[in-house]
Amino acid sequence: MKTILEVISVSKKYSLSGINPAYQTLSGSMSNFFRGGKNEAREFWALNDISFEVKEGDTLGIIGRNGAGKTTLLKIISRITSPTSGRITGKGKVTSLLEVGTGFHLELTGRENIYMNGSILGLKKKEIDAKLEEIVEFSGVGEFIDNPLKFYSSGMQLRLAFSIGAHLEPEILAIDEVLAVGDSLFQQKCIEKMTSIVKSGRTILFVSHNMQALKTICNKAIVLDAGKKVFDGTAEAAVDYYNTEHRLQGQTINLLDLSRGKYAGELIFRELKFASPAFQYGEDISFSVLLKTVNPSARKDNVIFGVNVVDRFGNNIYHVSNLLTNQPFTHNADADGYQFSIKNNLRPGQYTLTLCLTVNDVVQDFFTELVTFTVEEGNPYGFSKTGFIQGMVFPGFEVKQNARETIIK
Amino acid sequence: MNSKDNTFVIDANSRTPLNLKEIWEFRELLYFFAWRDIKVKYKQTFLGVTWAFIQPFLMMLVLNIFFGQMLHFPSETLPYSVFAFTGLIIWNIFSSGTINSSNSMLTNAVIIKKNYFPRIILPLAAVIVSLFDFLVSLILFGGLLIWFRVLPDVFRFIAFFPFAVLIALITTIGTGVIIGAMSIRFRDFRIVMPFLIQLLLFITPVIYPISAVSNKTLYHVLALNPMAGAISLARAALTHNPVDWTIIAISGGMAAFIFILGLLVFKRNETLISDFA
Repeated sequence: MKTILEVISVSKKYSLSGINPAYQTLSGSMSNFFRGGKNEAREFWALNDISFEVKEGDTLGIIGRNGAGKTTLLKIISRITSPTSGRITGKGKVTSLLEVGTGFHLELTGRENIYMNGSILGLKKKEIDAKLEEIVEFSGVGEFIDNPLKFYSSGMQLRLAFSIGAHLEPEILAIDEVLAVGDSLFQQKCIEKMTSIVKSGRTILFVSHNMQALKTICNKAIVLDAGKKVFDGTAEAAVDYYNTEHRLQGQTINLLDLSRGKYAGELIFRELKFASPAFQYGEDISFSVLLKTVNPSARKDNVIFGVNVVDRFGNNIYHVSNLLTNQPFTHNADADGYQFSIKNNLRPGQYTLTLCLTVNDVVQDFFTELVTFTVEEGNPYGFSKTGFIQGMVFPGFEVKQNARETIIK
Repeated sequence: MNSKDNTFVIDANSRTPLNLKEIWEFRELLYFFAWRDIKVKYKQTFLGVTWAFIQPFLMMLVLNIFFGQMLHFPSETLPYSVFAFTGLIIWNIFSSGTINSSNSMLTNAVIIKKNYFPRIILPLAAVIVSLFDFLVSLILFGGLLIWFRVLPDVFRFIAFFPFAVLIALITTIGTGVIIGAMSIRFRDFRIVMPFLIQLLLFITPVIYPISAVSNKTLYHVLALNPMAGAISLARAALTHNPVDWTIIAISGGMAAFIFILGLLVFKRNETLISDFA
């Protein structure tokens, strides 16, 4: 198999003042100039010395936590932004699908928007002409196609946007997490369409938090962590690596020896312990957290924990914090433990916890989507096919017929 | 052409020159951006594209009353209405073209951050929208010539008028891409541009003829503004008056300079655009 894309030690640096345009004013730039042009901006390497190659017909998954550099990598390969150093060679046309429906305008009709969006995605008018029927068919918007987009429901807009994306046929297609939205039936349809694109021999780069979809679609994968490539291999092996090395599993998890970002670090996480190895449906998600004092002279009042429960698509499902209940703690000794108990109506599956610790509004320690836990198969309704039930959470509910006294009038 | 043989290289250390071939490849996108902006601009307006000439027409009426009838401004042997209208439609290419193209990067920031295409397409499309408005206003322009019985020499008109429009276009593209590239990094430009354009209107011979400036030095300094030459030439296309080619040469030279400078400045900043947008 021939190499179709080769990435050779690509790095990308952002200066943090450059990321936030609010800092970029003429006066700021001029005062900087008169101070002798000394740039005080904090630098940040979004990608650091990344190399890999992709063979013709390969589908390469790119795995990593939020902020690991996945999207930046796709942006560089598709030339949206340029690398700070390094080199990329490739063959054929690269199209990136970082977002669906870019360039959609509410005043234009569905048909006009297909031309606009398709053209932005690099299709020629002739190609759009040829695929138009198929795109309209796939989206299922039917006779609405000649109405302005503002009369579409948001679901219809999304389906139309997806359909255009699904009909791209460049040599190299870079897709970023676009399957994470949309209703599940349409998502399934998209995965099928993607699988057929893969079978047609096209090369695909696929960023996703959805490990299941990633294993289905990709044959190879790389894992990024804080801008560095930490794994390169088959998709199966990469997902395993990611789950074991970068998402910590098990009942007792040691957090002391992990590499950390640049946070104050005067008080840090030491250990997290789940009440059980896996949680049943509806069972409270209980765990305890132990801390370690690194700097004994630092203040230890106003200790706030922030815990997010994140699903496999990267959606933030729960946000739990003693800030919200107005109960700041004072950390007296490391023997103090903190007990969390979260009411649970999550659908079965794997979730990760994002952990944040602040003292007096200063972030001391922070782990994104690190610790994994499982909610076991099953549902509260006694329904036999849990997979059939839609939605991110399973709420309790009641449906009654002819209960006159309870009908809402 | 087999596109699989299309090897591409992205190298952090190489500076690519302005890629005209690539812009040509993306010409359909240029067309779609311009088409979208024209369509959206006039959609759901009661008067539609007639707005393109109602504005300069009303402006002309007001100018004619004050400067033509009351103050008796000189107008180079033309009826003052025709004189002012010619100036206004050429000036509008520049004023609306520059403002739109300097805004084009920010209004399309979402698209820039998620898709690749030669960025220069956006300010170019914005200038095309202004050119479209200009072409629409030519209908009324023709009507005015007939109404006031201004009969230009056909050959002179065909030789001068498009040349004047070309000077205006090149200037507009030049300033549009400079301001467009800069406004991505410094949002100050977005605020200051409409004001600056208004200021420029007064040092451009739109409501007065450049020949009315008696100070010879000032007269030539004013010609450093390419729009001065463009407007003078457009008016000369309607008359049989002798043309001061020095003025046209100075303005034309400046237009070419601004155009090339614009492309260079834009090229230098192009790679930064998606990071700052």
